[in-house]
Order: sequence, then structure tokens, then C-alpha cells
Amino acid sequence: MEQPNLSYINQLSGDDNVFKQKLIDVIKKEFPEEKQVYFDNYKCKNFKLAAENVHKLKHKISILGLEKSYEVAVNYEENLLENNTAGKEEFENILQTMTDFITTL
Amino acid sequence: MNCIIIDDEATARAIITQLCSNIKSLNILEEFPNAIQAIKFLNQHEVDLIFLDIHMPDFTGFDFIQTLKNPPKIILTTSDAKFAIEAFEYDCIVDYLVKPILLPRFEKAIIKAEKTEVGRTLEPAVDDKDVSSSGNDLYVNIDRRLIKIDIPSIYMVEAKGDYILIKTETKNYTVHSTLKKIEDKLPDSLFLKVHRSYIINTKKIIDIEDNSVLIKNDVIPVSRSNRPELMNRLNLL
Repeated sequence: MEQPNLSYINQLSGDDNVFKQKLIDVIKKEFPEEKQVYFDNYKCKNFKLAAENVHKLKHKISILGLEKSYEVAVNYEENLLENNTAGKEEFENILQTMTDFITTL
Repeated sequence: MNCIIIDDEATARAIITQLCSNIKSLNILEEFPNAIQAIKFLNQHEVDLIFLDIHMPDFTGFDFIQTLKNPPKIILTTSDAKFAIEAFEYDCIVDYLVKPILLPRFEKAIIKAEKTEVGRTLEPAVDDKDVSSSGNDLYVNIDRRLIKIDIPSIYMVEAKGDYILIKTETKNYTVHSTLKKIEDKLPDSLFLKVHRSYIINTKKIIDIEDNSVLIKNDVIPVSRSNRPELMNRLNLL
């Protein structure tokens, strides 16, 4: 399984550790909220809304350097828009991997 | 340049703010999590540049642009490259950044924004001599009114049964007429019938692929018999 990393965040921050911490704090706050909204919409079978949530989560997937996972999310988003849930398990595994990584920051 | 950021994602706003801090000429006035709040701000403040997310719930970036009478320069920020074609429709959009955004690409977008004048047309100027042979304007009868259409602004005409649909830069017109009649009124130097149902303004072509052309966000079929003439009109490298 592809692992998250801080390459993009480090590149963006340069020597600015204050910004780096600020960005990590924003992600730590926003990611669980976005994830929860996705799970809620999925549970209620609001697949179009769940697709929007996946769309939003894609940015964080790419910020954490998960290039292959990003493609998984792109396909899953498209599937959800067609009321097709193929790719759910793989996508939710990605969310779990990100959650585990973010808690170490 | 005074800027605002519109993005429903706090992480994205933080990143754009950081990218802006690397460029002295940029001054961020405010950031907004939705377009509605930004519209209220714009009613009271002048800005030079907007960083605008396309994909926002309820009110998309494109919906937002359509509410602005005199839009400033806009740089679109998105996770998808698929909206790029639609972005061509708006003169105010100076660049299109796909997230995650890196500093070198961001700097390039700012240079582009600084060099671009809002409202200028990106298409090459039409040769006045070519158009003057048939006049610059075409009058069409719609609901007993003769409405003037600027010929060079027409980018395509489509046959629709007993009617034709004339599409221009700013407006579409449905007129009771035939493709043959309008073809006779349009200058050959600009217009070409590429299919039994379509006439296009060749100056407005964005790209050509096999048996279709892209104009604005319309994909127009090109019939096999008309393709050689179309290719002859192009300034091919």
C-alpha cells in the first residue's frame, strides 16, 4: 500500500516551519470532518453528495503525496456519480492510511 | 495586485495564501469559504485578481463568474483538469491551476495575470477587408424585430429543422431560416460549412481531432467531403 509523505508540504513550506505547522493543523482539523461527511452521505446512499466529498478529499490525498491513491479516488468519484460503489473499499483503506499518518504528525 | 481567495477548503486557502506570500506584488485582501460571501465583499471593494475554486457546493466557480458585471482577472484553482475547456469561454480567466499547486507554476500564472488585460479578446483580429465585402452586420428577424448580429462574433450556425441556431460570443439566436440562406450571407474568408448541419467560423477553432472540431465548448462534426477544404484553410506547420 502506498504510504503518505510530507514531500509537497515540505517543498511548499521551505524553511517556514510556522507555516508548515499551521498547514498540518488545518489538515488535522479539516480531514476528519470531511471524512465524516463522506461516511454520513455514503451511509444515507447520497452517492452524488458522497462523490463531492471524495472530490474534496482528493486534494488532501495529493497533498500527502499519494499519487496512485489519487487515481483510485478519481475513479471512485466517477463511479459514485453513476450510483456505482465500485472502489469503496480501496478508497476507504486510503482514508484509513491517511488517518494513521496524520495522527503521527 | 489586490487579491481575494474563494475556496470551500481551508487547506487550499492556506496553501494559496502561502504561495502568494512569495510574491511581493500580491496583496491578499480577504479569503472566503464560499462565493456568496465574496459577492458581498466585491460589492464594496475593488480587487484585481481572484483565485477561484471551481468545484464548490451549491454555487460553483462558473456560477460565481456569471454574477459579475465587470469581473476582474481570475485564476481558477481546481483538482480537475476537465473544466479547462469551459474556462476558454471567459475572457476574465487568465490561467487554470490544478491542485496541488507548486510555486513555479503559481509564479507563471501570476506573470500571466500581470501581463493580461481583462476583457481583451484572445482570438486574432479579423481582417476588416474580408468582412467588408458583405458588411459587418447581419440582421435577423426574431419575433417581428430585426436584430443586428456582428458577423465576426458568430462562431457557429447549426441547422435545426426549419430553424437555424446562431451562436455568438455573447448570445445565441434561433431564427426561422435555412443554413443555405445564411451561408450566402456570411463571408467565405471566415466561414465554412463543415457538415450538412453546421457552418463554423474557422477563426474560432480551438482544435481539430479526426472528424470533429472544437469551437468554444461545442464539438462540431466534420463530414469527410468537407474535411479537405477545412484543412486547406488552416495555417499548418
